[in-house]
Amino acid sequence: MAEQELDTGGFDFSEVEKRLGVTRRTFLKYCAGVAASLGLSTSSAVAMAKAIAAKPQMRPPVIWLHGQECTGPTESLLRSEQPSLEHLLLDMISLDYHQTLDTGAGHKVEELKKKSMKENHGKYLLVVEGAIPVKDDGVYCKIAGETMLHITKEAAEGAAAIVAFGSCASWGGVQSASPNPTGAKGTQAVLPGKPVVNIPGCPPNPANFLGTVLYFVTFGKLPPLDQQNRPKWAYGRLIHENCYRRPHFDAGRFATEFGDEGHKLGYCLYKLGCKGPETYNNCPSLEFNNVGGGVWPIGVGHPCFGCSEEGIGFNKPMFALANVETHTPPNSFPTIEDRQQDTGISPTAAALGGAAAGAAIGASLMAAKKVGNTPESDSGSDG
Amino acid sequence: MKRREFLKGALGTSAATVCGVMASSKTAEARPNLEVNDNAVGMLYDSTLCVGCKACVAKCKEVNDMSPVIESKLEAWDEARDLSGDTLNVIKVYKNGTAKTKDAETDGFAFEKRSCMHCVDPGCVSACPVTALEIQQKTGIITYNPDACIGCRTCMTACPYNVPQFEYDKTFGQIHKCQMCNQKGVERIDKGQMTGCAEACPTGATLFGTRKQLLEEAKRRTALKPGDIYNYPMGDLSKPDSYHEKPVPNYKDHIWGEKEAGGTNVMHISSISFDKLGMPPLEERSYASMSEGVQHTLYSYLALPAVALAGLSFVVKRNIDSDGEGGDS
Repeated sequence: MAEQELDTGGFDFSEVEKRLGVTRRTFLKYCAGVAASLGLSTSSAVAMAKAIAAKPQMRPPVIWLHGQECTGPTESLLRSEQPSLEHLLLDMISLDYHQTLDTGAGHKVEELKKKSMKENHGKYLLVVEGAIPVKDDGVYCKIAGETMLHITKEAAEGAAAIVAFGSCASWGGVQSASPNPTGAKGTQAVLPGKPVVNIPGCPPNPANFLGTVLYFVTFGKLPPLDQQNRPKWAYGRLIHENCYRRPHFDAGRFATEFGDEGHKLGYCLYKLGCKGPETYNNCPSLEFNNVGGGVWPIGVGHPCFGCSEEGIGFNKPMFALANVETHTPPNSFPTIEDRQQDTGISPTAAALGGAAAGAAIGASLMAAKKVGNTPESDSGSDG
Repeated sequence: MKRREFLKGALGTSAATVCGVMASSKTAEARPNLEVNDNAVGMLYDSTLCVGCKACVAKCKEVNDMSPVIESKLEAWDEARDLSGDTLNVIKVYKNGTAKTKDAETDGFAFEKRSCMHCVDPGCVSACPVTALEIQQKTGIITYNPDACIGCRTCMTACPYNVPQFEYDKTFGQIHKCQMCNQKGVERIDKGQMTGCAEACPTGATLFGTRKQLLEEAKRRTALKPGDIYNYPMGDLSKPDSYHEKPVPNYKDHIWGEKEAGGTNVMHISSISFDKLGMPPLEERSYASMSEGVQHTLYSYLALPAVALAGLSFVVKRNIDSDGEGGDS
């Protein structure tokens, strides 16, 4: 689809070409790609392109908070290889506060954040990265003298939408693993009643974040979410059911240790503790960071760690066996009562067989009759 | 000989044999179940560990060089519904209501493996008139010899688990049943290997070992407290290739095959009752011991043939007499 020219109805993209420093073609290709990965139509891609191009003054302000984390989500987003991604991101949204990317520092930056939050009350997008410790009033994570717990609650007050980016922000991540000394929690857990969109992953796939944000920018609402508030377009499918090693699983071909024959042949990694059968994410189709070439854990021969799934990543031992959540064909099962139907003989074969048997019986009857008759007729002729 | 005398004689012989049968039947009925061979190899199938990957089914077909069962027009995958001439091992599912929870009787589902149970006192071996089915003395495996088989299929009716299967679609069909990968030309057990299904199982749901070891393991598992972490062995219980930790499910306190019909070398444990998993209601007394009691008694000292001969002789005699003597009788 990307190679086809989109029907933009004569829309003038010269402004966006100048502003973003990309050609119209590259820009449309990018929008079409994002729309496709979201499962949207071509017209949605055009709407998305127009939304970005038409109203630069409408860029939603973004407040980006960092809690207990490794900055992995930001780092993965920066390394994303989408065409002109950083241009689009930086020109699509107004990133008013981000501790890693802000050039300023100290009181100046904190002042700007407060100012933006006040001016854009009810309009800004809040992105939370990292877990929030709640034990001992949240003293285990402080920024500019205030606890992360307080900062998050304060920023959530005037946010139009809240996105928890990464597993830590979504459900606590590695910090919340037992024994969880700081009482680390996810964003939703500390903001009861507020709608939080979760984009889990460690690090999360930047495409999952950008797609969700672009959807929000284009349609002014959030994409459909699942029960755990994850966008369905990205987290709707089990890794196991979209994995290209799945045929090996179905055929019982497993790698049993790293570097063994099965591992070299690309067999299923289930026995090595792959959590694909209980983890929902789009890694098999999007892979990671748009690097391509099969670059994602299972692609490079490591079992899925279940990083994006609450209760799996950082909770289940790395090489422990996964539960298999669902079964799709070919893995369907006969019921206890099922019996094998005799499929050995086709109706045609049965009919032919019947005909042959009938002919044989008829022939033997005739023969018997003849045998019975012959002596009599013989004696008759003799006598 | 006069008809009268003949009849007298015949009746007398019959009465004597019947009395003999009656007298000897007491001792014959007491034929106990065959004794458990502790060194017999077997398998333990833990339904709660089974994830339904069917790796064992695929491996079984590979080892036995059997073709997949294709039912639909999409010739894409094995669709075996049950054991057949092309399937020695199949994973089935119990489903109830919404079938959401694994190992729950209500609104749940559970997997069950169907393959030869390798009875300690097998009905098929007892019923086979030509000893085509035999118990291997060393391993306890029930093997099948196609060269001896006459295709009578009595073993099929003698098996409470519906295991032996006949190739109805072939002119010279054979019986097919699991021989624990120790049949001629495969001999995995004799070579010190384990069964194909136990080797392929990624969770240790099918575990290989001696009956004694497996029974101990099964007893250990069913005695565990639900929720505790247990380190489950995989592969061959005497030398597991790996272990995996898992919380203990709520096992039913029933090891199928410990006692059923004299016990089996392949045993099953589960979280739901075995009648739900399609196991037949069996008592501890083996069918083989009962039927052999009756059969062997009837045939002891050639009693039954003698009675039959006497009866037949009478009929023949009568016919000849009526032919020769006209209206005498």
